[in-house]
Amino acid sequence: MSETILDVKDLNVKYGAIHALKGVSFTVAKGEVVSLIGANGAGKTTTLRAISGMLPYAGSVSFRGESLKGVPAHDLIGRGICHSPEGRGVFPNLTVMENIELGAYTRKDRDGIAADIEHCFRLFPRLEERVKQAAGTLSGGEQQMLAMSRALMGRPRLLMLDEPSLGLAPLIVAQIFEIVKKINSEGTTVLLVEQNARMALKISHRAYVVETGKITLSGTGQDLLNDHRVIESYLGA
Amino acid sequence: MTDAAPSPQTRFRRSFLAPTATFAVLLALGGILDRTANGYTQLIFLFMFVNMILALSLNLVNGFTGQFSLGHAGFMAVGAYVSGYLSVLTMGVGARLMFLPQPFEFLNFPIFAVAGGLAAAAAGYLVGLPSLRLRGDYLAIVTLGFGEIIRVVLLNTKAVGGARGMPGVPAPGELVVGDYVFSPFFMNYLWAAFWLTTTFFVLWRLVRSTHGRGFQSVREDEIAAEAMGVNTTKMKVQAFVISSFFAGLAGAVFASATKYLNPSTFQFTKSVDAIIMVVLGGMGSLTGSVIAAIIVTMLPEFVLRPLQEYTGVDLRMVIYSLLLIIFMISRPQGIFGKAEVTDLFKRLTKARGKDGRTSA
Repeated sequence: MSETILDVKDLNVKYGAIHALKGVSFTVAKGEVVSLIGANGAGKTTTLRAISGMLPYAGSVSFRGESLKGVPAHDLIGRGICHSPEGRGVFPNLTVMENIELGAYTRKDRDGIAADIEHCFRLFPRLEERVKQAAGTLSGGEQQMLAMSRALMGRPRLLMLDEPSLGLAPLIVAQIFEIVKKINSEGTTVLLVEQNARMALKISHRAYVVETGKITLSGTGQDLLNDHRVIESYLGA
Repeated sequence: MTDAAPSPQTRFRRSFLAPTATFAVLLALGGILDRTANGYTQLIFLFMFVNMILALSLNLVNGFTGQFSLGHAGFMAVGAYVSGYLSVLTMGVGARLMFLPQPFEFLNFPIFAVAGGLAAAAAGYLVGLPSLRLRGDYLAIVTLGFGEIIRVVLLNTKAVGGARGMPGVPAPGELVVGDYVFSPFFMNYLWAAFWLTTTFFVLWRLVRSTHGRGFQSVREDEIAAEAMGVNTTKMKVQAFVISSFFAGLAGAVFASATKYLNPSTFQFTKSVDAIIMVVLGGMGSLTGSVIAAIIVTMLPEFVLRPLQEYTGVDLRMVIYSLLLIIFMISRPQGIFGKAEVTDLFKRLTKARGKDGRTSA
């Protein structure tokens, strides 16, 4: 496939005495959707946080050939990585528009920003209806749409989505994943962390299964969907 | 959204029209007070400006950035003492130094006030540093400690009078236009109004700018803010520095209004007063802070004091505290919450527009 843009090697993270990640390695190639799936507490979110520079870690993370070690979280967006954190993390007391504008915090090109806002509204027409509403008053699905729009405003090369389906109704989850697919087809590489394995695998080019801080399986989304171990553990009979 | 970029003239008008108009209205009020009000009333008005500036500045840290500072009196003290000391040195009784001669003497005070503000900002930087690691109650305790340290240092500094305080802080330099000499009160008032206008509009524009949104993103969700590229630690320190600068200005105005400084003025309770104003007005509402400062300054003096004189019982603080308690129970988000007075106007005009449509 095409070039690797994110290369994670032997990632180790400790929370005090708890060894949360025990040597996680994986790659993401340009244009892919890659999922990390696994149960609660397996270390998926920790992996994303380490990549984002929010946690100290051992091992190496490189993005487009440059090491990300020691790069503070707020500098990542300038390098082309945007992390949409778990639990959506919208700014509840700010309006939808203010949230979206904050996504473009580091950008100076007014015209480009305006065009991207339009683009977000095309992806999520619901948001346009609610531009002046406080983000905290949106439904869970709308908040997730907002979180994704906000992340897209940074024009990331790599979009890291943490648990976008969390706490959403199945219908909304399907919509969200459709849009992830669409975002990817427009050229953004996506690293997805999900508990909803079935949905994640369906839209992923490749996926890794994370179990108690280790990667135990990997393969294409389709392969894993048919893998008996995945079916037993994550997809149900 | 994609309006054509406004021409330089409109931009200039937009950014200066409102502040100039506000300043002019305030000056007109000052002119009236200068002629009609007694010294006591005049002083209360000056205190009101001090409180407004103080509350506005604190709102940036506590309201917009979501940090909790309990040491604002300390920053105010730094501004007050620096500006007061420079004034005594150059314009006090028997001053041997001269800063600006007439006809520019009136500019002494604003320059000293800025010096006081900068000194306070430096102190704010020091306090801002621990805020990188602390949050919530812990930060509040540290800022409280810093505020007290500043006060105790002043208390033990002989050069500024120590515990006896610093008497004889002169009024701002004289302004003479033709034959007319503006009264000391008016000069105090003029600069108080000037700094209030400056503080208000600088903060107003700051919190609405892209950069300023960063402050609010820190309050809302630090992890998400970082992911958006907001350097949250830098924003917190910046909030402290900017806020302390304006608190220092408030102190400078206070110094020349009271003519006497004493460290005990800048006790912890002064910081609490500022917090009361911010919370009462609404955390994150600048106009709310202004209105709360008016209420907090005026209510005890112009409503409760006459009441005391009438009834012969001093229940001012009891009533004041009760009102605060009742108010906070019934409206915990403050008078305006996060909205501004202008939002109310917008809502009113919108409602009227809708009515018009339905009746047509």
